Parts: sequence; C-alpha cells; structure tokens
Amino acid sequence: MIEPGLYHMLFISATLFFIGVYGFFTRRNLVTMLMSVELILNSVNLNFIAFNKYLWYDKLDGLFFTIFIIAIAAAEAAVAIAIIINLYRSHKSIDVENAEDLKY
Amino acid sequence: MSGSTIIFYLLAALTLVSALLAVTTRMIFRAAIYLLFSLIGIAGIYFWLQYEFIAAVQIVVYVGGIVVLIIFSIFLTQQAGEQMPKQKLGRQLFSALAAFCGLALVLIQLAQHAFVETNGKLIEPTVANIGNQMLGVNDGGYALPFEVVSILLLAALIGCIVIALKSKPETT
Repeated sequence: MIEPGLYHMLFISATLFFIGVYGFFTRRNLVTMLMSVELILNSVNLNFIAFNKYLWYDKLDGLFFTIFIIAIAAAEAAVAIAIIINLYRSHKSIDVENAEDLKY
Repeated sequence: MSGSTIIFYLLAALTLVSALLAVTTRMIFRAAIYLLFSLIGIAGIYFWLQYEFIAAVQIVVYVGGIVVLIIFSIFLTQQAGEQMPKQKLGRQLFSALAAFCGLALVLIQLAQHAFVETNGKLIEPTVANIGNQMLGVNDGGYALPFEVVSILLLAALIGCIVIALKSKPETT
C-alpha cells in the first residue's frame, strides 16, 4: 500500500460517481433515485476538496464550492421529497413507471 | 506504512462498499442506512484530510438532515418490510456496462494526466479563514454567493410548503 495522495482521492470520487450513475440507471423508485443523486453530489464534493488540498492549497475556493454544493443539495433534497410525497398522494405509488402523466 | 494510511484505506473501503450496497440492495430502508454509512465514510475522509469544518458540515447537513428526510419519506411512502421488485437483467447489465465504461474512461484520463501543483503559500482551512473569506466583499470574497444561497434556501423552504400542502376541496 502506498501513501494516499491526490490520485487516490480522485479514484474514490470517480468510483463513487459511477456507482451513483449505476444506481440512477437501475432504480425505478424515486426515493432510491434521489439517494443515487446524493452519492453523485458527494463525489463531486470530494473532488473539489481533494483538488483544494493537494493542488491549490493557497486558496480556499474548492472549499467554498463544496459548502455551496452542500447547501444547494439540501434544498434540492427537500424540494424533491415534497414532490415525491405529493406524487404518492395522487398516484399511491412512487415508481417512475407509474408517473407518466406528462409522457404523451 | 503508517497508521494514517491504514485509516485512509479503511475509510475508502467503508465509503465505496456501503455506496455499492446502497444502490444494489432491494430493501429500501437498508439502502437508506447504507447511504448513511457511505456519507459518514466521506465525512471521515474529510477529517482525514484535516478539513474539519467541511466534515462537520457534511455530518450535520447530510447525515443529520438529508438522510433523516429520506428515511421519513420512506416511512411515508412504503409498506414496511416489502422488497422492491427485481429489475430486468438486461437493464442491470447495460447500466453496469455504461457505468463501467464511463469509469474506465475517467480513470484512463486520470492516469495520463499530470496535475500541476501551485507554489503559493498554504492557507489553513480554519474556521477563521473560511469565515473571513465567506463574508468578505473584497476581491475573492464570497458575500454575494452567500446571500444568493440564502435566498435560494428561502425559496426552497416556501416551495416545499406550497408543494406538500394538502389541497383543500374546492368551495363554491
């Protein structure tokens, strides 16, 4: 095992991103799709922090981007869950296959 | 090999394995709990990188906020103990193939790219430094984005209340 560095962080972040993408493709339940989106957003945060730590340690900009992404992700999750609960009330299901009123 | 290296690899394994379980398990509540562990692993990596403030924010917002919200919405929308229906094998196969090809592309690019380090003076990511720059209006200050995000959060708050409001029956 070698000493962890930038490339280890980027490897973790890329793997996490594509795990999230896989979940987003396979899941058909809105709550689990939202969970995959959270994984993707987290991998982006990890990327920003890794670049800030190892390459641009004379600035704090990566850290601020992470803080703003976390704030926006919280807002996004809250709105998404409000929509999901509303959809459940009208359709009695949160499966994307049943939410096709706007399809045609 | 030092203890810090071992801790890093343990945190990385915790994050990736629980993320993989979160997207593959068929019990939706377990998926939420695996997501919780994955987010805690990422917070641990932030601690390992000595970005304590971001790690604290990660725990407070993600682990304490978003996962609790997700668990609530699972309770409100799912029958307890019910498994999600099995996905078609073809869909799983092609999703895995797409994700794997994307990952391979990114990793190949990473292996070929040489990153150039800056040679500036190190700024410690302490709360004092973060706060000074976050609310600074000088060059490089983040006061304006800070205010924009506060407006966004207010809009999201009002939007959630309006969307989730039970619509009253029409009174004529």
